[in-house]
Amino acid sequence: MSPIVSLQDVYKSFGSTQVLKGVSFEVAKGEMIAIIGASGSGKSTALRCIDRLEMIDKGTIEVAGIRVDSPSVDLKRLRLEVGIVFQSYNLFPHLTVKENIMLALRHVKKQSRAEAHAVTLRVLDQVGLREKADAYPEQLSGGQQQRVAIARSLAMSPKVMLFDEVTSALDPQLTGEVLRVMEDLAAGGMTMLLVTHEMAFAKRVADRIIYMHQGKVWEVGEGSMLDAPKTPELRAFLDNGL
Amino acid sequence: MTMFGSFTSIHFFYLVNSIGWTLVLSALAFALGAIGGFGVMLARISPRAWLRWIAIVYIECIQGIPLLILLFIVYFGLSVYGYSLPSLVAAGLAMMIYVAAYLGDIWRGCIDAMPKPQWEASECLAFSRWQTLRLVIIPQAVRLSLPPTVGFLVQIIKMTSLASVIGFVELTRAGQIINNTIFQPFLIFSLVGVFYFALCYPLSRWSEAMEKKLNVANR
Repeated sequence: MSPIVSLQDVYKSFGSTQVLKGVSFEVAKGEMIAIIGASGSGKSTALRCIDRLEMIDKGTIEVAGIRVDSPSVDLKRLRLEVGIVFQSYNLFPHLTVKENIMLALRHVKKQSRAEAHAVTLRVLDQVGLREKADAYPEQLSGGQQQRVAIARSLAMSPKVMLFDEVTSALDPQLTGEVLRVMEDLAAGGMTMLLVTHEMAFAKRVADRIIYMHQGKVWEVGEGSMLDAPKTPELRAFLDNGL
Repeated sequence: MTMFGSFTSIHFFYLVNSIGWTLVLSALAFALGAIGGFGVMLARISPRAWLRWIAIVYIECIQGIPLLILLFIVYFGLSVYGYSLPSLVAAGLAMMIYVAAYLGDIWRGCIDAMPKPQWEASECLAFSRWQTLRLVIIPQAVRLSLPPTVGFLVQIIKMTSLASVIGFVELTRAGQIINNTIFQPFLIFSLVGVFYFALCYPLSRWSEAMEKKLNVANR
């Protein structure tokens, strides 16, 4: 089966700093992949390039048949296929939870109010926050806000969802509730690519783990690779991190 | 009542009536200036460099020219070329040009102050730039813009007094007219000052109260 996301030999620099140095990997439909690595290894940049938040210098990126690296890429089409969730939630503070989710359904997908409302309730059920539909983001805990952000992304029914260190700003208790939502999503067959520092979660839930080091894919494998790292860099990373 | 000379209730009500025209001109200047200012703000944050430059040059030019000179240009200057405008129209037009530059700049600052991740999150939900601005950024920026906008409205009310020099009979001009007949400058212009204060002070307090509330919310 052809992959939903594929990166081929991707290079990206910010000024004179080379952040990605020939990154290649693929994500198959329904697969959940965790990208791990130290800060500055390029893992978040790789994720941002997939949604064209950064334009790559060299190489190719293809998402659901869309050439992301093409200068004439249809950004709207790309963003309808890709959902992304950020570390800082980025909910719209002037809107309620329900309105946050409905806004893009109404104005981008042009759904009727009833249609958008039904979708909104469905995704809120999925993240277990239906009773917060009329709350404002500031009335929610960080974990709840992040779950709303996931629901907002999910509502657009993307083909692949990207998660950029979505639990890094949360304390362990709140991290758990967000990870549970992601685990449910993965179990439901959503194609997911996440950048994370949650090693135990990555090992348990991810189909494959990509370890990035100094702008390169250093080691790829199943969860068990964390028990027996092949490279000294991954071993050092795991020893320091855990 | 010898001290007040010939200042009568007729004069007093003439002054009070003229407040209406000060308010009409203020409202006109604010409404037209807000429309123009919105355009200036849009141009100022446009992705097109040439539009941004036009807006910057406009703002810099207008902020460097006294309103009185703009009034002279629109009222006296245009009349030489056969466009003699009624003084209300001329004053409204000159003030629109002036107010648009300031409000455009104030509002641009408010838009810039919105967190960048809000743009990014909207972009990732496939909103167009205009949708992002209209649905996400402007609704949030409005709250921030209210105190300085109302503060500037106070300036507008006071600036309408300049329209007296092109013969528009608002509060200041009405005071001059009365003074020309009974010569009681201290009394008359003090009264005019009190009227301006009565218009402006509540707005200033309102603006301050909104700003305090914002600061508490953002703490």
